[in-house]
Parts: sequence; C-alpha cells; structure tokens
Amino acid sequence: MNPASAATASVLVVEDDPQIRRFVRSALEAQHWLVFEAATVAQGLVEAGTRHPDLVILDLGLPDGDGIGFLRDLRAWSNMAVIVLSARTHEVDKIAALDAGADDYLTKPFGVGELLARVRATLRRGQRPGGDGEPVFAFGDVVVDFTTRRVRRAGVEVHLTPIEYRLLGVLIANAGRVLTHRMLLHEVWGAAYAERTHYLRVYMGQLRQKLEADAARPVGLVTEAGIGYRLVADPPRAHPGSG
Amino acid sequence: MAAPRPDPDALLQQLRDQASRESRGRLRIYFGASAGVGKTWAMLDAGRQRRGDGVDVVVGVVETHGRVETAAQLRDLSVLPPAQREARGRSRPEFDLDGALARHPALILVDEFAHSNVAGSRHPKRWQDVEELLDHGIDVYTTLNVQHLESLNDVVGGITGIRVHETVPDTVFDAADEVVLVDTPADELIGRLRAGKVYLPAQAERAAQNFFRKGNLMALRELALRRTADRIEDDVQVYRVDQAIAPVWKTEAALLCCVGPRDGTDHVVRSAARLAQQLAVAWHAVYVETPALQRLDAGRRERILQTVKLAETLGATTAVLAAQDVATALVGHARHHNLSKLLMGRHPAPRWWQGKGIATRLTRLAPEFDLIAVGAGLRAGANPPPAATHAAAVSAESPGATGRAPGFLWAGFACAVTTAVATPLSRFFDIPNIVMLYLLAVVGIAVRFGRGPAVLAAFANVAAFDYFFVEPRLSFAVADLQYLLTFGVMLVVGLVTGQLTAGLRFQARIATRRESRSRALFEVARDLSSVLATEQCVEVAEQAISREFRAKAHVFLLDLDDQLQAPHGAEAEPTLDLGTARWALDRNEAAGLGTGTLPGSAWLYLPLKAPMRTRGVLALQPAAPDLLLVPEQRHQLETFAVLSAIALERLHYVDVARDATVQMESERLRNSLLSTLSHDLRTPLAALYGLSDLLVDRLGSATTEDRNDAALELARAICTSARRMNAMVDNLLEMAKLQSGRVRLDRQWQPLEEVVGSALQDLGAALAGHAVDIRLAPSLPLVEFDAALIERVLANLIENAAKYTPPGSRITVAAKVEGTDLQVAVEDDGPGLPAGREEALFQKFTRGDPESSISGVGLGLAICRAIVEAHGGRIWVEPVGGEGARRGARFCFTLPLGTPPPMPDPEDLEGAALPEPSAALAVGSGSVTP
Repeated sequence: MNPASAATASVLVVEDDPQIRRFVRSALEAQHWLVFEAATVAQGLVEAGTRHPDLVILDLGLPDGDGIGFLRDLRAWSNMAVIVLSARTHEVDKIAALDAGADDYLTKPFGVGELLARVRATLRRGQRPGGDGEPVFAFGDVVVDFTTRRVRRAGVEVHLTPIEYRLLGVLIANAGRVLTHRMLLHEVWGAAYAERTHYLRVYMGQLRQKLEADAARPVGLVTEAGIGYRLVADPPRAHPGSG
Repeated sequence: MAAPRPDPDALLQQLRDQASRESRGRLRIYFGASAGVGKTWAMLDAGRQRRGDGVDVVVGVVETHGRVETAAQLRDLSVLPPAQREARGRSRPEFDLDGALARHPALILVDEFAHSNVAGSRHPKRWQDVEELLDHGIDVYTTLNVQHLESLNDVVGGITGIRVHETVPDTVFDAADEVVLVDTPADELIGRLRAGKVYLPAQAERAAQNFFRKGNLMALRELALRRTADRIEDDVQVYRVDQAIAPVWKTEAALLCCVGPRDGTDHVVRSAARLAQQLAVAWHAVYVETPALQRLDAGRRERILQTVKLAETLGATTAVLAAQDVATALVGHARHHNLSKLLMGRHPAPRWWQGKGIATRLTRLAPEFDLIAVGAGLRAGANPPPAATHAAAVSAESPGATGRAPGFLWAGFACAVTTAVATPLSRFFDIPNIVMLYLLAVVGIAVRFGRGPAVLAAFANVAAFDYFFVEPRLSFAVADLQYLLTFGVMLVVGLVTGQLTAGLRFQARIATRRESRSRALFEVARDLSSVLATEQCVEVAEQAISREFRAKAHVFLLDLDDQLQAPHGAEAEPTLDLGTARWALDRNEAAGLGTGTLPGSAWLYLPLKAPMRTRGVLALQPAAPDLLLVPEQRHQLETFAVLSAIALERLHYVDVARDATVQMESERLRNSLLSTLSHDLRTPLAALYGLSDLLVDRLGSATTEDRNDAALELARAICTSARRMNAMVDNLLEMAKLQSGRVRLDRQWQPLEEVVGSALQDLGAALAGHAVDIRLAPSLPLVEFDAALIERVLANLIENAAKYTPPGSRITVAAKVEGTDLQVAVEDDGPGLPAGREEALFQKFTRGDPESSISGVGLGLAICRAIVEAHGGRIWVEPVGGEGARRGARFCFTLPLGTPPPMPDPEDLEGAALPEPSAALAVGSGSVTP
C-alpha cells in the first residue's frame, strides 16, 4: 500500500483516447501524483491488481468492454476509489456506474480545476473512513452533533423527523460523493422502496427547507439532475489548491 | 327460497337488442284483417299528430285507392315524390328509397308493407326498403293486412280461396317495435264497401263476391286478433324478463322441423313456425339429403331448397345436412342443438318394401323426443312448376341424366348381341350357361348406364331367353314348367345385381364429384398460399373461380384509404357496379344475383370476409346462374371467397411486417450512427478542451517574469471555443435524437424546485453579471417529468436570457399552477424580442437576429420545444408587460399536472407535526418549522 499521503498518491487512468490520457496524466503529475495508464479493460484490471493505486479514473466507453464490467470485477476484491468519465447525455450509464460502485463521475469535457477538485475530494474520503469520523459534522452553517442527535443551523436548533435525520445521516456518511436515488432509498427506506423516488424528493425538499438558506439554490444539499444527490461539505471553489 | 331469477342469456339478448335499437329507427305496423278497415287513415292520422308535436314527418308512399277521407288526411302532409322505374317498356312510379334516405326525416309513412317493388329496384320487397330506412335511424309507420303475413299465408288462402304472393316474413313482423291493430266489425266493413268507401264502385262488386264475404271477414278478423294477441303476449314476456317478475320461458323445448322431399312441405314449415311462435321457442328447420335425394331432378331439388329458405324467412335456423340415413342425422342434429320436439309431415304408412317409416325409426333411436305429425296441407298450386331453364343445372350436376335415352337403346342392343352370340353357342353349351351370358349383359348395362337401362335389360333378356332358347323356340310359350323358376330367378338376379351395381356406380360418381371439389379447393388453397403479391392473389382467385364456376370473376380491393377500388379490366364489364359492391362491403353480406338485394343484377357480389376484417368484394357472373342455387356449389363458392380473403389478409400482414422490419432497421442504423457520431466527435473535443485548459493552467501558474500574457490569452480562447463547440455538438445530437421521435422519457414525480436548482448550478459562470430571481409559488405539487431533459429546457432558457441581455439585467424564474398545468416562466428585463418573430424562434436553425455576434446555431429553443411537447406541454414567448411595452421577453412552458402518486405514509410525516421527545432529534425552543 502507498503511504497515506496525498503527495505520493497513485492514480490509474483507464482511457482509450491517448490525448485525454495525456491531459489527465499531465494535470495529475503536476500535483506530484504517481500516474499509471491503461487503454483497455483487460490492461486496466492487470494494472489495478499489480499497482494497487489509490484511485482509478475510468472511461465508460472502452474498446474491449464497458466500464461497468470493469467496476464489477474490481469491486469483487477492492474498495479503491473510482471516478468515471462519461459524456453529458449518458445519465443512464452514470447511474449504472454509481450503482455498480463508482465513487464519483466527471462529465466530458472537463477542465483541470474540476478534475483536481474531484480527485482530491475522493482521495480525502478514502483517507477518512465513515466509521471513525468526528462526532460533530459541519457543512455550510449547519452543524450536526451525532452524540446528542442535535442539528443546528446558524446556531439555531432545527427539528428533524426520524426519516429526515436518517437521510441526512446517510448523506453525511458519504459526504462529497454522489448518491443515486436507488442507493438513498435503499439505505433510508429499505429495498422495497427502491422505485419510489418521489418519497426521496419530498423529504429532500423538506430537508432543504430546514437547512438551506435558499431551497431553490442549495449549496450543501446539491441535486445531480437525473442521477441523485450529493452533500457538499466545503464548496470546491472555496479552498482551491488545498491538499 | 328460489327467488325468480332472470335468465342471464335472455337479459343479455335484451341488452343487445336495446343497444341495436337505440341507433335504429322504430317501426310501427298498423295491422288489419283486410283491406278497407282504415289502416292507412289511422297511420296518416298518427303521422299528423306527430307532426303537430314538431316531428319532421314525410309521407313516403300512400295508396289512397280514391278514398276521400284518406286523401283529405294527406292534404297538408309533405309527400316524397315517387321515383320512376322503367319496367317492361313503360315507366312506373315506385317508392323512392334513395330520396327518402337523402331527405332523412325523423319519421316516414310507408303504406303497404308487403308490396313487391317494380323490377330494377334495389330490393325486391318494400319491407326490405323499410329495413334499410330503419338501419339509417329513420322511424317508419307502415300498414299490413293479415293475409300478407308469411306464416298465415296458407291459412288465409284456405279460408278465402285466394292465395296472395306478396308476403312479409314473420321475423320482420315480430321485430317491429309496435303493432297497432286497426279493427272494424265485418258488417260495418261490408256496409262501407257497399257505400263505395273502400274500392271504386266498379271494382267493389267483384271484390265483394270473392273476398268480402261475411264469413271470410270474420275468420280474417279472428286471425288478425289472435296474431296480435300472440304478439302482445311476447311483449308481456319481454316486459316480465325486463322486470324480473318471473323466469323466462324454457329453452330446452325448442322445435325441429324436418323438411322432407315431398310436395306440401311448405305447409309443415308454416305449421312449425306457428307452433314455435305459440310456444315461444326457437326453432330449426333441417333438410337431410341422402344420396337417393341427390338424384332428384333439379326442379324438385330447387323446390325443396326454396322450402328451406321459406323456413329461414319465418325465423328458423336452417341447415341442409348430407347423410346416408335421415333418422340418424335428424337425431344427431336435434341432440346437438338441444331440440326436444320433432315436427314432420304425416305420410301414408310405408309399404312393406319401403322398410320402416322415419317416424318409427326416430322413435327407436330417440325415445325421449316428442314427435309431432302435421297433416297434409292445402294442395293449392302454390308450388311453381319447374322452369325449363333448369336443364343447364341438371346437366352440370348430374351428367348421367343425359346418357339415359341412349342407355335404353344400348340395353336393347346388348340383348340383341347376347342373343346373336348365344345362338351359335347353344349347340355346345347347356342352357344354364346361356342364362349366365344374359346375366352378364345386365351387369354390363348396369355398370355403364345405371338403374333404368339395367331393369329394361333384365326384362328384355328374360324375354329373349324365353323366345330364342326355351322350347318351344321362337315362341313365348313354355313347355317345361321348371323354366318358370329359371325366368323368375334370372329376373330377380338381374334386377338385384342391376340395382346394386347402379347404386355402387352412383356412390362412386358422388365420391368422384366430391373428390374433384376437394381437389379444386386444395389447388386453390395451395396456389393462394404461395402467392407473394396482392395482384397475383387476385389473379389466382379470379382464375380459379372462373374455372370452377364457369363464371366471369372480378375482385374489388380496398385501397390505402379503405375505399373500394374498381378491379382491373372492369371497363370491359359495363354491368359491374361499384355501388353494389360497396353496399355488400358495408353491410358485410352478399348482394346481387340470387340474393335479397338487387336480385336482378347479372353479378353476384360476395364480401371477402377474413378473420380480422373484410378485405374486398368478389363479383362473379356465372354462365349458368342456377348453378349457384345448388347448396354444394354455393358452399364451395363461399369457401373460395374465404380462402381468397385469408390470402389477401396474409399478404396485408406480410406488408405490415416488412414495413416494420424496414423501420426497425433504419431505426437501428440511426441509433448506431448517432452513438458513433457522439463518441467520435466528443472524444477529440474533450481532449482539446482538457489540453487547452491544462495549457491555461501552466501558463497562468508561471512566475511573473516568464509569463506570456499573449499565449495565455490564446490558450483561453482555444479553451472557450472548444467548450462552445462541444455545446453545439451536444445540441445537434440532442436534436437528432429528439427528431427521431424515439426518445424514451424517464418521467418521475418530482418538485420543479430541484431542477431549477440544478440548472442554475450547471450554468454557474455563464450567469456571471446577471441577478437571478426565483419566484416559485408556495407548495407547488409534484410533476411528472424527465429531470435531465427539463433541466436542459430551463438551462437553455436561462442561458438565452443571460446571453441576449446586457450584464446587470435581472432574470426571473417563476412557476405557478394554471388550470391542469404547471406553468413555468423565464423572463428578463432586456431589450425584448423583434416583434412578429415569436413563433419562428422555435424553428430549427433560427435566431432572433441572424447577424448577431453572439455564438449559437439556433437549436436551443427548437430542442426546448421538442422536449416540452414530448412531455405533453407547450412552449411560447411573450413580451413582458403585454403588447406594446417592448421591454424584456418572457418564455413560458407548461407541464401537465396529472394525478400524483400516493405520498409517504402519514405515520412518517406525523413525526414532523407531533415530535416525541425520545424519537425527535432535537427538542428546543428555537425549533424551526417550515
């Protein structure tokens, strides 16, 4: 295993287009990360097995198979973080990848800033497993104290129903990560409710009313249209370049 | 306990009747015992009353017979002018059916229901015209005398001695909605007759002598009253079923009328109809045709089939069964249809050589059946003599008949030859061997020429044997009496072998004919199943029918708009009528030659009924029209028609399947093209954008002294162009996908607020310099839509507003419920839109100002429109603050609200309303509630 230091983190890029590979490699190497490359699913799996990178950046359309197959094979033996790359109109592919175990996604085309922000956030989560996090979690002006089960916004206590609290808990446990509707419904309501996305949307709306300054323009509880939700602990532009 | 429960079948039937009656016109019959009782007057009186109620009443046809009162009734009613029909060289007035249909009054008065139309009219009978009027929803009042009712026709004939030929089927009478009895006592009627109020004086005297005798009139009056009473009883029954007062009549008592080959069976059929009507049961009429009966000459055969047809008009379900044994076939049919009463004509007891009578055999086969024997009817000359024209049919169906006369000559010839051969041989052979030679000749004649010549041969041979070979020779006298035994045995053996051989020969001929029919069917079926084009199918069908029925045949087909098309080569056939063919298609029943509709036509029009629908009309003009009266031929023709129809239907679905395959193929091609394009265009763009961004990053982070600001600017420009290019490619591909019409919407119930938020978040930097106001009405309901696509619409609209307004402008996103829609508006306070171009903006590749410096290809709004319309909404643009105030633009779109799904269980929400200290997360004085 690599030392848990961001400076020497290793990243595997599985992408068939050499120009995109080159761009991602240059951007990451500029941050002094170790980068490996693979152009096919088969090669990617070999690299992942021998190099044990901290993160995989995976293109969903590969010449010898799709990225979903790669994810399934990888998740059989590893928990390493995965960010998928996909075109804008392919929401279905993104959801399938996230459900298959991807941590995050990037929509092509993307710039250096977006790439680094996602990679950093994903790596950071990898270093801080959900279980032994701090008993108090803060995002925006909201503070959640897990020991007393109290939620405060701008210092004022907010009353949450049990389901709202559970939903918030799941989002916090996966802070920064995109959670698909299916995942959230499964976690909060149970497997039988996986298709009732309107439940989730009603509760998400209530949670926003209580915790966001402007529910129509959320800062912390962000909608990924057609895919799911993400809890943004620290808005990406707020701390550029921090490692 | 057992409460009277209505029979469900009967109720169902009634519902069906009601349903069909609602669209149909209503028929009222003014029914009377004889002419002169005042039916026409009563009908006109009722018509005038209805007109007084404001109903559109027209007199279709009325015969006043010069009666003054009747003519007075007619004065102020509007009368339909009669049509003039050419008949036998002179023009005769007739009821104008087409005129009545075109005029389409609410109620039409048509006198003399039983009238026969002038030849050349659409229907042979006036009651058929009335049926068509009723079908078109026109109410009809009409008049009818009791002697014109089919089932009473012979009874009335028996009473008055005058048989009328204009009759109305009882089914039509019973189906009438109302029957009004017009009754006048006999004395008064005779008085009116004498006073000249009924007929013109010259006719009156003759009529009175023949018909208007007091006895006659009383009998007729009784009949009319009885028939009306029967009908009223039916009405009561219907009412009782309707009101569920008592159970309906039993169905198991249904009646089977056995139609026999003898004359006078019409009488049996009429009796059966009357009995069935009195018992209120359904009835069947069956004719069993044995091989022996098939030999009957065509005239008698046709008469029997006419009787079967009569039974059908009297309301029976009819069948012609082909079987070896009459009794077995009857019992089988009765059991199968649950008929428990068999009704047949009573015949003289069979002679000993005829075997047992049918009645005896029936009793033995089915002891549980009731047998009703009907006495011989009135042998009036009701049966028309067989027409001479039937010769053609005879020769076609039984070719053996033509060989009959030569057959008898051949029998004589055979006798002579046998004698000539035997004479020299008698010197060498014994007498018994000579007998053998004669017997051989009889067998030969029976095999070749059938029964009659065989009988002749048997007698002639016995005579020749006696004359030439038995002592004393050359004399019919017999010296040795033992030869009498020889003659007897010889005659019996000759007759019996002749009978047997002829019977076998007949069976063989029937079998051959049956086989040739089957083979013809098989060949047509085979040919039709292998055709690949409709024209080919038509050709095969036409050829097969013209071959098999010696007829000219044409097929009318439906075109793409379901309009019937005249067949190819129809120009050569001036008598072929498209109108009749269309009638047959619309009614789905045969028309023309030999049917109830336009029987005078030279062509028979058969609808081609396939399982799914009628595919066209087959028209044929047989060389010998009588050929079609033979049931086997008719059956064969119908089978041909069905086979053709099925073949046409098969070809139709072949076309449908081929179209679907082509469509699927092109769909697949388009999809793969789109996804290839999408991948191949986007990948290099993504690389271009990423690499240029990397360059910007590198150049920007360089130290101040090596900083190359010009290069940085260039890199930024590449970056922006790449991004813009990507957006265009996105738009083009998206439009292509929407255009293909196969976008599957991933519709989910969700709040609009969410997509507004994510659209704004996506736009991010593009909105810099613009203030965005969000004004969503409180508690908007959930709406069902595809989040990604509606986000696209919102993003496009908001981006447009930002692009086409100067920095610092204000953009407002608002939503509210408008009727059954959610209405979303994106408005700005910019310069507004050029007037009159509002609708054009939503077209593809259209821009507000074509020379604008702002980038874009004009697809954004077209995509928005496609997405919104796919959701069942609409999109439009209007100036803010109404016409004239050219300040800012407002783009609106709607989404239908629909019925939202059930919300989460109230228990879950209760927690919010009523927090419990242990379960609630936070309990505090500062608790915020939304």
